[in-house]
Amino acid sequence: MTDLAFSKDAMKEYEWMLTRYPNKEAALLPTLRIAEREFENLDPAAMKYVADLMGLSPAKVLGVVTFYTHYRREGTGTYHLQVCSTLSCALRGSEDVCAHLSAKLGVGLGETTDDGLFTLSKVECLASCDTAPMLQCNDDYHEGLTLEDVDHLIDRLREEAKAGGAA
Amino acid sequence: MSFEPILTKYRHEKDSHTIDFYRGHGGYEQAKKAIHDWAPDDLIEEVKKSNLRGRGGAGFPTGVKWSFVPKQTDKPKYLAVNADESEPGTFKDRVIMETDPHLLLEGIMISCWAVGINTAYIYIRGEMVHGYNQLVSACKEAYAAGFLGKGIFGSDFELDVTVHRGAGAYICGEETGMLTSLEGERGQPKLKPPFPAIEGLFGCPTVVNNVETLANLPFILEKGADHFRSIGPEKSPGPKLFCVSGHVEKPGTYELPMGVNLLTLINEHCGGVWKGRKLKAVIPGGSSAHVLHADECDVNMDIESLAAGGSMLGSAGVIVMDETTDMVDALLNIMKFYHHESCGQCTPCREGTGWLEKIVHRLHQGRGRKEDLDVVFDVCDRMIGKTICVLADAAAFPAMSFIDKFRDEFLAKCTNSDRSTAQATSGAGGVNV
Ligand SMILES: Cc1cc2nc3c(=O)[nH]c(=O)nc-3n(C[C@H](O)[C@H](O)[C@H](O)COP(=O)(O)O)c2cc1C
Ligand code: SF4
Repeated sequence: MTDLAFSKDAMKEYEWMLTRYPNKEAALLPTLRIAEREFENLDPAAMKYVADLMGLSPAKVLGVVTFYTHYRREGTGTYHLQVCSTLSCALRGSEDVCAHLSAKLGVGLGETTDDGLFTLSKVECLASCDTAPMLQCNDDYHEGLTLEDVDHLIDRLREEAKAGGAA
Repeated sequence: MSFEPILTKYRHEKDSHTIDFYRGHGGYEQAKKAIHDWAPDDLIEEVKKSNLRGRGGAGFPTGVKWSFVPKQTDKPKYLAVNADESEPGTFKDRVIMETDPHLLLEGIMISCWAVGINTAYIYIRGEMVHGYNQLVSACKEAYAAGFLGKGIFGSDFELDVTVHRGAGAYICGEETGMLTSLEGERGQPKLKPPFPAIEGLFGCPTVVNNVETLANLPFILEKGADHFRSIGPEKSPGPKLFCVSGHVEKPGTYELPMGVNLLTLINEHCGGVWKGRKLKAVIPGGSSAHVLHADECDVNMDIESLAAGGSMLGSAGVIVMDETTDMVDALLNIMKFYHHESCGQCTPCREGTGWLEKIVHRLHQGRGRKEDLDVVFDVCDRMIGKTICVLADAAAFPAMSFIDKFRDEFLAKCTNSDRSTAQATSGAGGVNV
């Protein structure tokens, strides 16, 4: 049923990764990172692929994936907006950033816009407390945010998506 | 007296992350000296003499930790660098990894030479993509220059370093949780003993050190243990990165001698409390530390002074709160964090963090009773010292100290106290607020 497979480059990276650890299992977290990139998110088929590739049970892979919060899961929008909400950010207005995004995008926390572009989440401390309030969008940190910055970011991402290149 | 930064000296300079820049500023000379001139045992003694203490939170003497690793063993030994940096209010290791990754690599080389380790992993939290990329390219540069791999500096010393990305879990900063995660598992901590130095990664002797701890090593070798010990107080000496966030004019990472006064740090270095407001409270060592009332903030920022002052240096994440801060709201934020991050193995922690969040939430809604405050202490009593790792304690400390020191604010939220100003936001009672 699944015809997923790593590209040649990804397979090379995977094989190199295996040489860095004394056993295969230790390469699971990095391999999931490769899978996340190759398949866009870790849906059940992607997890099954990794399990088969590494000779692990799908249950083991699911158990690991669900322990962590930072893997891209099924249904995540093109842009995952993760607003840091822990104390240092909360003291400097992260609630306003969340509320503003929620109103602007018309979604609640953990929800994805109908066009599949944005998922909005609150996350715990991202080690950027000196630039509060801040958010992570996919790989990038956006720091020292004002509500205008947030507007600009969303506009820019919408344009980027229209032009066909999500970062 | 002005202090010249040592660990973050080049952070604002262009290309400070590159090997050319690093070598151009004396980089890798200390690792070379270690491998050529220092017998490993003497090097461990020198680090013991420096009294460098771990910067990850627990403050354990680094040289002493290294000396616990068995000298004669058939097993491989490992270094696991703790770059998980997830304690709320902490953002110092990130500065080193993003702006001076070779400093960390040189520290890794020195510690591995001292302990006889040929394999090191840097466990960096999954969210820090930029830091990860900087470390990966620094490793590539170091391998290409022959500083990693086989035959380092013409010796027969070999060292492999792998950068390993976590995936979002505070508990993977706890050392045994980190090692479990590195083995490809759910990152659940393990009971100690056995300590990692005896039985750690893949069941083998393992040194776990924080990024900032290791970054001190080139300086210790360059200037000697005596010079290092002359900086800051005798019992916890050296340069220190303080992370200041919250209600100050200039939040940031400040490198100062250990033992700087907290009020000096806030008022002179960080431009004071923002908007001309008054200070209300400070958490001095990451959210796991006891909160300090403004009256208690004339304290020196070192391990002993803060312990004497009823809190801890922890990760040196200094969170400043001004007079307008709602302490019930602030505590609720912290309780949510620990409840979310408990790995769930131990009943007192899994259930306790949940109850703490629920009770504080109900108070926050103006629907609590004053007996709830006693229940908080009772729950904390059942958490502290009763679990596999100290996350449970870390959740209990802020709960107890916030209520202890700002009791009136909590009482004001109770429906049945004399001080009540509570107006319940909803009529319906019940536990599931
Ligand atoms: C819940 C919890 C979270 C921790 N998080 C971190 C962390 O993010 N980074 C870190 O270096 N140490 C963290 N520690 C401390 C480590 O367990 C360990 O003491 C430290 O990495 C040892 O290195 P050091 O001796 O160089 O400080 C944490 C401890 C606990 C209990
Ligand atoms: S104390 Fe909490 S976080 Fe630590 S092992 Fe037990 S349940 Fe997990």
